Amino acid sequence: MNLILILFFPLIAGLILLLAKPKNAWIWSLATAIIEAIAIGLVLGQVSENKVPVTYSHAWIPEAGINFSLMVDGISGILIGLCALMMPFIIGSTAQSDQANNAKYQGLMLAMQSALLGAFLAKDAFLFYFFFEASLLPIYFLIALYGGENKNAITFKFFLYTLFGSLFLLIGLLYVYLRTPGLIHSADIEVLYQTAKSLSSTQQGYLFLAFFIAFAIKMPIFPFHTWQPDTYTTAPVQGTMLLSGIMLKMGTYGIIRLVLPMFPVGIVTWGPTVMILSVIGIIYGSIIAIQQKDAKRLLAYSSFAHVGLISAGILTQSLEGIQGALYQMLSHGINVVGLFFVIEVIERRTKSRDLAQLGGITQHSYFLTVAFIVLSLGSVALPLTNGFIGEFLLLKSVFDYQMPLGVVAGITIILGAVYMLRLIQKSILGNVSRITTTFEDLTLSEKWVLIPLSILVLIGGIFPNIILNFSEGSVTQLVQLLK
Amino acid sequence: MSLFYFIPLLPLIGFLINGLAYPKLSKQIAGIIGTIPPLVGFALSLQLFLNFDGKTQIYELANWIKVGDLTIPFAFQIDPLSIMMLLVITGVGTLIHIYSIGYMSHDPGFGKFFAFLNLFIFFMLILVLGSNFTVLFIGWEGVGLCSYLLIGFWNQKNSYGDAARKAFIMNRIGDLGFLVGLFLLIQDFNSTDYLTIFSAISAGDAPDNLGLIALCLFIGAMGKSAQIPLFTWLPDAMAGPTPVSALIHAATMVTAGIYMVIRANIIFELSPEVLHFIGWIGLTTALLGAAIGLFQNDIKKVLAYSTVSQLGYMFMGLGASAYSASFFHVMTHAFFKALLFLGAGSVIHGMSDEQDIRKMGGLKSKMPITYLTFLLGTIAISGIPPFAGFFSKDEILANLYHHDTFMWSLAILGSALTSFYMFRVFILTFWGEFRGTEKQANHLHESPYSMTLPLVILAILSVGGGLLNLPHFAGGHEFLAHWLAPILPDTAQLPAVSFLSVEMGAPLLAAFLPAILAIYVYGSSKSIPVSDKQISGIQKVVYDKFYIDELYDFIIVKPIAFLSQFFSQVIDYLVIDLFVEGIGKIVKYASAKFKKIQTGNVGFYIFMMVISIAIILMVGLKSWIL
Repeated sequence: MNLILILFFPLIAGLILLLAKPKNAWIWSLATAIIEAIAIGLVLGQVSENKVPVTYSHAWIPEAGINFSLMVDGISGILIGLCALMMPFIIGSTAQSDQANNAKYQGLMLAMQSALLGAFLAKDAFLFYFFFEASLLPIYFLIALYGGENKNAITFKFFLYTLFGSLFLLIGLLYVYLRTPGLIHSADIEVLYQTAKSLSSTQQGYLFLAFFIAFAIKMPIFPFHTWQPDTYTTAPVQGTMLLSGIMLKMGTYGIIRLVLPMFPVGIVTWGPTVMILSVIGIIYGSIIAIQQKDAKRLLAYSSFAHVGLISAGILTQSLEGIQGALYQMLSHGINVVGLFFVIEVIERRTKSRDLAQLGGITQHSYFLTVAFIVLSLGSVALPLTNGFIGEFLLLKSVFDYQMPLGVVAGITIILGAVYMLRLIQKSILGNVSRITTTFEDLTLSEKWVLIPLSILVLIGGIFPNIILNFSEGSVTQLVQLLK
Repeated sequence: MSLFYFIPLLPLIGFLINGLAYPKLSKQIAGIIGTIPPLVGFALSLQLFLNFDGKTQIYELANWIKVGDLTIPFAFQIDPLSIMMLLVITGVGTLIHIYSIGYMSHDPGFGKFFAFLNLFIFFMLILVLGSNFTVLFIGWEGVGLCSYLLIGFWNQKNSYGDAARKAFIMNRIGDLGFLVGLFLLIQDFNSTDYLTIFSAISAGDAPDNLGLIALCLFIGAMGKSAQIPLFTWLPDAMAGPTPVSALIHAATMVTAGIYMVIRANIIFELSPEVLHFIGWIGLTTALLGAAIGLFQNDIKKVLAYSTVSQLGYMFMGLGASAYSASFFHVMTHAFFKALLFLGAGSVIHGMSDEQDIRKMGGLKSKMPITYLTFLLGTIAISGIPPFAGFFSKDEILANLYHHDTFMWSLAILGSALTSFYMFRVFILTFWGEFRGTEKQANHLHESPYSMTLPLVILAILSVGGGLLNLPHFAGGHEFLAHWLAPILPDTAQLPAVSFLSVEMGAPLLAAFLPAILAIYVYGSSKSIPVSDKQISGIQKVVYDKFYIDELYDFIIVKPIAFLSQFFSQVIDYLVIDLFVEGIGKIVKYASAKFKKIQTGNVGFYIFMMVISIAIILMVGLKSWIL
């Protein structure tokens, strides 16, 4: 029962906001996110303490064996935790902006939260698919209604592209589902694991591809990424945060939750190819990021590069790889949301994200500088920041999987420093420009977003075991299942 | 809780106080808060040194990273090597903090400067205290960060920012090598603890890829300690305030690579090819650095190339398995190079930020303390007995003589170059006539006591530092070598030398003759280096640093910039996206057909269309698939 409440609370609150259109909508929405975070925190505490997943199940379409079943274990718990943790910051970042009192905007964000939670909570594959698709609607409207330049063409492409990928997922799911035993089939993921495993290697190979394309587009993995830089750049900042901070993790999560356990033989065939694509993405994205002129676009490519490493780590199917991937999903969420907000703060004041026009901001802004640098250090994986733990484990797993591939993936620590330090220098160091001569430091509400996020970057780097312990049990089980 | 925890803890607290409150704190308070941590740290280190009973102690603070059966604790190791490093870092660190109070007194970023210095001390201490390679790596990257922050301290100037980025990125290239070494160690030993790894190796359990591990770790050292090919960041790092050059880019951080090799000597000892490689890299770097140093006219640049070159000497020593000799040179170099940099800082301070030695001259009378201490530093680095540099450099050379005579002879050549360029700088700065502007001449003054006191102390250490490891022939007992013996391999005693042998005579000649030559050329004949435009021929090639930066730009930076454009403009937009859009076009075309049947919002119809396809597939597929 708890889980159902947790799942739908943001959606209901969002719908109420849409209808009631209160003043100060952002406060109501923030309150919802905070209550939600506390509730989720309690559930996660329970999971962590008892070492047993918390589940909920109710018949949904009994004729088809499809249940409304939810589960929080060590793996989904990390993603739900990410969602709970980031939403208050994402919503809080609307304070003092044009969208603060926009009930529609706030409602859409809350609806988005429910959809994301649904995908992470689902224990039934169709339920997962349902939420996987449902999450497209709120984000579509967020970008299509409130996006920047050229938003129509871009959202159109984004929407069609991801939907196109999902169709393969649906076909694949149906294919396995119809082979589950019994007159009434079952879409429970555990049953699907068993069924899919027993399929022939050819079948597994095709199914792997079908599932993979959907997730590869969502993350995105090279070469399925061309929707991403445009979409991230044109979306309103909260949309970008939702996309990069949380939504793309549906792809990586999908691979851990569905693809790994379902198609062990398919991975033998296709794993190496996907691994190489992921590593290409790391280098490719980093190199493109180096010369970007638009700060938001630079971060979009950086996000693309980081996700490549996560996916490579997952496909090693090792404990370090998956633990590192989960850790990095959390860290990346925190860092990227923080960084996009830093750029937003700069854009609010200067009306520009063009690196050629910025500079010298640090001379007037102590808090912005500190937050920006700490978040960047997390992004370049300096030890004692959250990024280091994730990248260390991920790189080690890829290195153990195949040495040269690990070394090539490792180049990310060099290229990451190249583009992030360039971003810092061009945007906040150097001489003041025409548009940065009068620059005000963070306002109170901006501090409330960026200071806690910066502290989280450090906590994540100093006390990683809190999170690693939480997921280790479930990941160990999964890894053993794969052997 | 052991008292020694305060050694790294205090600088961290100092950093937090100054870092969080610097716009509000007065300069005096910020200076005091910044200086107390290394000072108290030095006292505690001294106590640790005096009470050390010879046993290696591990202090585990916490379990840092645990995944499966791999555990990486956050733990410290107290042993002879770490204690010596503690003394150098906190000792020299304290002097440089005191010096900075005077040097930075006019700078608006005073508190920030002390915050960064403390943060550096903290990471440097973590680097030497860590009991495993991963904790070492925290310090390793942390000092890189501080170096970045401090090189770019005056960040309004873009060229300084470029220098800072270059330092961080070049270090990161080395760090990738280090990280690979770390992964290999974990594969072989499932641990990164020194004691676990070293005892496994000494028990005869050495894996086959130990040589590869040694090489990877050394690549890390190449970045941090500015060896060929990763050395070009260090001269540029002089963009930072001079105390930073003294502390980070001369006395401590850049010697981290040597520390690491000494720490892991057991790995390197079993990889003779890698040691050989290290020796040659060190030698080449020593010669290249010294050669470039010959004709530089920026006082800090000369010292920077000199540092590159001296670090080369230390690696040469390591290559000959002369670990204690190299460490001895780390220590004496910390004294005299910190002294020289601080002296240069004093000159720059007095000269109103002038760094070109062609515009100096005759500072002897105006800055007597700086003059005298700089002279002592110059003598020390040139290897003139009985100053500190003589003993430490000579020990490296002696080991080299018995290791490889050819390398030794080239090292003697480098030594001669060192002596020449140092006396050249010294004479052009302090002797002769003043060549600066009138305004500079009027402002010219000796620096305040906060700056000259550290100079005097460092000068004393540069003169007497040789006592640390005074060899038997000079009546000493080689204290340092005995102190470090527990962590070093047993090496054969070098045969005793007589003063009249080639082995002893050549280094002495290499120290004295070039000094005399420099005195003759720049002192007696009073020749002044020509202006940049008039430099030509081979001298220009050397003056322009053999165009190595330009070469890197051409073979690495430019191609990556090109690739970046090529990937985003051609591959992304023309190749991949054309395909993606192609599929989109087909859908659009189909939707255009539908449009004719109905009227209304196009976007909505496309939206509906895709959903209907999904539904059709959902319903229809069941019978189709089965």
